[in-house]
Amino acid sequence: MRVTFTVNGREQEADDVWEGESLLYVLRERMGLPGSKNACEQGECGSCTVRLDDVPVCSCLVAAGQVQGREVVTVEGLADQARERGGRATDGTTLDQAKGWQAKPHGAQAAQPGQLAPIQQAFIDAGAVQCGFCTPGLLVAADELLERNSSPTDADIREALSGNLCRCTGYEKILDAVRLAAARQDEVV
Amino acid sequence: MDFLRPASWEEALAAKAEHPTAVPIAGGTDVMVEINFDHRRPDVLLDLNRIGELHDWEVGEDTVRLGASVSYTRIIENLRSVLPGLATASHTVASPQIRNRGGVGGNLGCASPAGDAHPALLASGCEVEVASVRGTRMIPIDEFYVGVKRNALAPDELIRAIHLPRADGPQQFSKVGTRNAMVIAVCAFGIALHPSTRTVRTGIGSAAPTPIRAKAAEEFLAAALEEGGFWDNGKIIPPAVARQFAELVSGAANPIDDVRGSASYRRHALGVMARRTLGWTWDEYRGNERSARCA
Repeated sequence: MRVTFTVNGREQEADDVWEGESLLYVLRERMGLPGSKNACEQGECGSCTVRLDDVPVCSCLVAAGQVQGREVVTVEGLADQARERGGRATDGTTLDQAKGWQAKPHGAQAAQPGQLAPIQQAFIDAGAVQCGFCTPGLLVAADELLERNSSPTDADIREALSGNLCRCTGYEKILDAVRLAAARQDEVV
Repeated sequence: MDFLRPASWEEALAAKAEHPTAVPIAGGTDVMVEINFDHRRPDVLLDLNRIGELHDWEVGEDTVRLGASVSYTRIIENLRSVLPGLATASHTVASPQIRNRGGVGGNLGCASPAGDAHPALLASGCEVEVASVRGTRMIPIDEFYVGVKRNALAPDELIRAIHLPRADGPQQFSKVGTRNAMVIAVCAFGIALHPSTRTVRTGIGSAAPTPIRAKAAEEFLAAALEEGGFWDNGKIIPPAVARQFAELVSGAANPIDDVRGSASYRRHALGVMARRTLGWTWDEYRGNERSARCA
């Protein structure tokens, strides 16, 4: 079947989608957006977290056919969404732009301002990324938290990230990153 | 595989009548796991996401009509005052991502003994509104669970809503697991005091082939409360009564040993949860805030 839906602000179409296929599979394998990670395929780990009509969900548990006509934001679209929140008009993120994302090793040229969402920059600055596999899901979940709650308590942060597993960091640096992003957000306002 | 996307409730019923083996999918938090792991290959998936009314709820004078797809997140945000037991149970469901998608209709449809909503539903004494092209019927929750992962639905029926009495007294829910989030219950217990009828209802999860009530415990407690005039004098429930109640709850369970816990641990934990939740609800009934929130 064909599924048409909005991904990161742009309408996209996927053909020959199998009816039992997950949104995660469509994003990764049919649209070439590997940011959302495939780990547990049962909603335990949160590494495939995306926004579906603004709400964070595990994309591995959404049937592709269920997103017909709806809006999805993946980690690749976070920077664009952050710019939009900042009041700047945007026209979404194309698949090619999204595919151009790459992890920069230490010492590489720093990202241009606006290239990363504040939450992404905070994760880098706080050292919240180790192997990086859980990072996209955590970014989407943390970004949504900060969107609705600009000064979250530690309990709020723990609650909002409770559906995302990280096996490297012990979470402390991740909590630091969210606190950092929240503090920077407050400074701007 | 076919993927059906009915736009209205009538269309959904017609589709289910035409394809009785169609598997309804709403939040997908159970169905998609089975498909992802190749445990299930339904001929037809029936997507219920497009049916707006399933996401609505109405708070009436005596009852709350809860659409089958109202997410756990919405229940926690909006219905805590009228359905405290279910709201507390909803908060223990998996993670924010899952609570944003899953709803009580799915818990009932799967009828897993470990579903987090079941103990609260049993304790509330709700009814399940199911429908087919043949008509609508109300199934009392006590008659809904008929076997391991089996419910009283006919093949052409769909769950439309749950009708829950508004809480007329304190309600509690407690669940044992290895961590706070993302846990399938080792066992769970729900209790609702019903001062208007001077009764107590309970629900046990993950400790029998189906979710069950601890009826002997309920009857014992109601009689003990009546006899001691506790509903009127608001005295503390004597430890011996609480202990007996806990033992009867424990005895009502029929658990198995599995990867999540042993049968004897489940029985023990149920007794502890029964005693504690009784204490919490009774404290609240007497007008005291509960001092410790430890479960």
